[in-house]
Amino acid sequence: MNETINFTLNGKSVSVSTDSSRSLLWVLRTEFELTGTKYGCGEGLCGSCTVLVNERAVRSCQTLIKSVQSKSVITIEGLSNNGSLHPLQKAFIEHNAVQCGFCTPGMILNAYSLLMENPTATEQEITEGMDDNLCRCGSYKRIVQAIFTATEEMRKGGAR
Amino acid sequence: MKNQNISASLLVELLQVQKIDRRQFIQTSGGIAILFSLYPTITVGQGNRRGYPSNFNAYLLIGADGRVSCYTGKIEMGQGIITSLAQMLAEELDVALDQVDMVMGDTLLCPWDGGTTGSRSTKVFGPALRRAGAEARAVLLQLASEKLGIPVEGLMVRNGVVSSKSDPDKSVNYAELAQGRRIERNAESKIKHFSEHKVSGKAIRRSDIRDKVTGAAKFTGDIRLPGMLYARVLRPPSHNAKLKSVDTTTAKSVPGVTVVEQNGLIAVLHEQPDIAERAIDLVKAEYDSPASELNNETVFDHLLNLESEKRPVTEKGDIAGAKRFKTFDEKYYNHYVAHAPIETHTVLVDVKSDMIDVWCSSQTPFRVQEKIADALNVKPEQVHLRTPFIGGGFGGKKSSTEITEAAQLAKITGKPVQIAFTRKEEFFYDAFRPAAVIHARSGIDEKGRITFWDFDHYYPGNRSAEPIYDIPNYRVLSNRASDVHPFDTGAWRGPGSNTNVFAMESHTDVMAWAAGMDPLSFRLKNLTDERMVRVLKAAADQFGKTFFKGPSGKGYGIACTDYLNTYVATIAEVKVDERTGIVTVKRVVSAQDMGEIINPLGAKLQIEGGITMGIGYCLSEEIEFNGGEIFTENFDTYPITRFSWAPVVEAVLIDNPELAPQGCGEPAITTSGAVIANAVSDAIGIRMHTLPMTPERILNAIKTRDKQE
Repeated sequence: MNETINFTLNGKSVSVSTDSSRSLLWVLRTEFELTGTKYGCGEGLCGSCTVLVNERAVRSCQTLIKSVQSKSVITIEGLSNNGSLHPLQKAFIEHNAVQCGFCTPGMILNAYSLLMENPTATEQEITEGMDDNLCRCGSYKRIVQAIFTATEEMRKGGAR
Repeated sequence: MKNQNISASLLVELLQVQKIDRRQFIQTSGGIAILFSLYPTITVGQGNRRGYPSNFNAYLLIGADGRVSCYTGKIEMGQGIITSLAQMLAEELDVALDQVDMVMGDTLLCPWDGGTTGSRSTKVFGPALRRAGAEARAVLLQLASEKLGIPVEGLMVRNGVVSSKSDPDKSVNYAELAQGRRIERNAESKIKHFSEHKVSGKAIRRSDIRDKVTGAAKFTGDIRLPGMLYARVLRPPSHNAKLKSVDTTTAKSVPGVTVVEQNGLIAVLHEQPDIAERAIDLVKAEYDSPASELNNETVFDHLLNLESEKRPVTEKGDIAGAKRFKTFDEKYYNHYVAHAPIETHTVLVDVKSDMIDVWCSSQTPFRVQEKIADALNVKPEQVHLRTPFIGGGFGGKKSSTEITEAAQLAKITGKPVQIAFTRKEEFFYDAFRPAAVIHARSGIDEKGRITFWDFDHYYPGNRSAEPIYDIPNYRVLSNRASDVHPFDTGAWRGPGSNTNVFAMESHTDVMAWAAGMDPLSFRLKNLTDERMVRVLKAAADQFGKTFFKGPSGKGYGIACTDYLNTYVATIAEVKVDERTGIVTVKRVVSAQDMGEIINPLGAKLQIEGGITMGIGYCLSEEIEFNGGEIFTENFDTYPITRFSWAPVVEAVLIDNPELAPQGCGEPAITTSGAVIANAVSDAIGIRMHTLPMTPERILNAIKTRDKQE
């Protein structure tokens, strides 16, 4: 059934009229052309589609568009602030924690959510908190190091 | 690729509007073009067949803006050549790295290329690119000499500026030199000696990384065209199923859906991919699926019992006459493994009257171009295929069924059509790494020297199958048969080698155990190849622990290989929970001699990534099937390596610049299976013969061990 969903997307008020049972993933990718959010498995198993809803990581392939009514959604495109990269993005670059880059947006947003909940996460806690995000190229250790570096930066006040 | 700059898009326009071929373009546009070839013999045939200039298959342009563009059919899928090739070029040309644009996998702009496979980009393409860079530099120096009135010997170049050695104020930059020129040269100049290198050999971060952390990097599925449709194709339940009946009535009732039923192709298309997905589920279809008894339980007997022709891969000496103090007879088994890149196969086709535009996530863009041309009955030159970033390939992103389907659907509907595989389709149509058996027989003498090596390889592929040890008598056989597999199989990161090295290096440990020697001493005793000895010793030094005769209970393993002349020695330490059968890989050291190293950071990333990915095929990855039916549909039943499994990988790069650069993308992973199997066997005290070593298989092995005791 078509419904009008109003929500905040990357800091801006938006409105979309669409079948309310569609997933957030495809509405973001097609209606808003925010293609940084990736399809990887369609069942919430890989984490490539991770976005933030009210600052918490969700699997957008498992999230109905109607559930974000009046909420705030942030995608990878909305993480940097006026062209200045978020400490997590900077840390991924610093540690060269990327290969093909397909899982990267989901990794960064899941890490963001993890650090919102636990700003002093240890490497072990980061590993556990990231465990449901998959990277086939095998950059895991560098990603953990990048997130750990970002915790220090964010504590210094570099967070958004 | 992303790095296409303005001059690249202008080039597209010129080629399209003026219908000129590349050779003419180079002759008529400004700048300096250097043509070069990497596979002269192959290119000649391809070039002639395709009506293209036949004597080059890549080129660079020094534009009037001073930027340097390299046009190559190679693609970027995470392996990092977008950075390392640019380093090789910048070095020879003496330009800053950020002055170089890599234009990759564009069939209109880039000359023909056979595909990005086999860890060959740096090894085969790199040297040709270097010669082209050197040629360009020589041309520019000559021009500068004329312009400045200074002999070439009196000039120096830095960051694209040529200046007088004695008077730096007398200078001219590449942009000024290229302005208004039409120079075309073939690459013949001498390249720099490695001791002069300043950019090549330096640890450089990926040049594409900023776009990849901001979401700006475009993959094929991210391309949007006005009016485009997303297609879902009706899929059979099994690879050899035959369609009996189909009813699309309900699917047609979905608002906005287009249903196509033509020549066995049944598809639904919609402006929204998820609505197309719903509509395909409404198509009712019945199939006949032939019964089969070939499955995970029976596959190894099937492989061993096929009627086959045996061919020698290599042989030497006299096996029958070899000394036999102790002999060994073991079999090693590998199940089917999927590539499982996180980006599924994706293609977008737009059939226009004069040109067919295609975007595709393929390691073989020119093969896809031909496939589309065949499907639409046009010439390949009428198909302009672009390769955006690829979300992982591993040998699996070539040319699958979706290519022809998207081409046909775009033609039928008159609209741009995208097909992106679902995860289930990705598993179903994967050209799996083949299941395989290796029958190993060997012998040693009283001193622990290998006296004969008699290996019979049942369908893994032949790469890395030659013994690395100094053995007086050996024979390696390879079997050939038809109808080996009930579905497609193909190259998987380090094709053949993963399977072969698992058998070869497991069997080496079997002999070491029987000889009463630790696995390091046994290998060193049987190795005479000094390069391999050096690599193995470097790995052992880094590991820093003492090896004991196996099984030692410590959980240490070693595996060595020669992968297309890149030498690898890997050492792992594991812990096995004997209650659950769960293996934890605690630490891995991997030493690699790949000759001259172009980008040590990129090389480390490939080694770490390879080992990490390899843990999956070693411990958990196995396609479940019966006949042509694939039961594995998603990551819940196909566990790949995840964060909590990933060990610390210490990559040791052997400095060997005297040897030309070899490959790096695949070699490390080919030791993963053997090194972890050896470490697990060392830990539990019984030999593991089958990959993956699932908890169930490990618990079974422990039971067998306990019965024997």
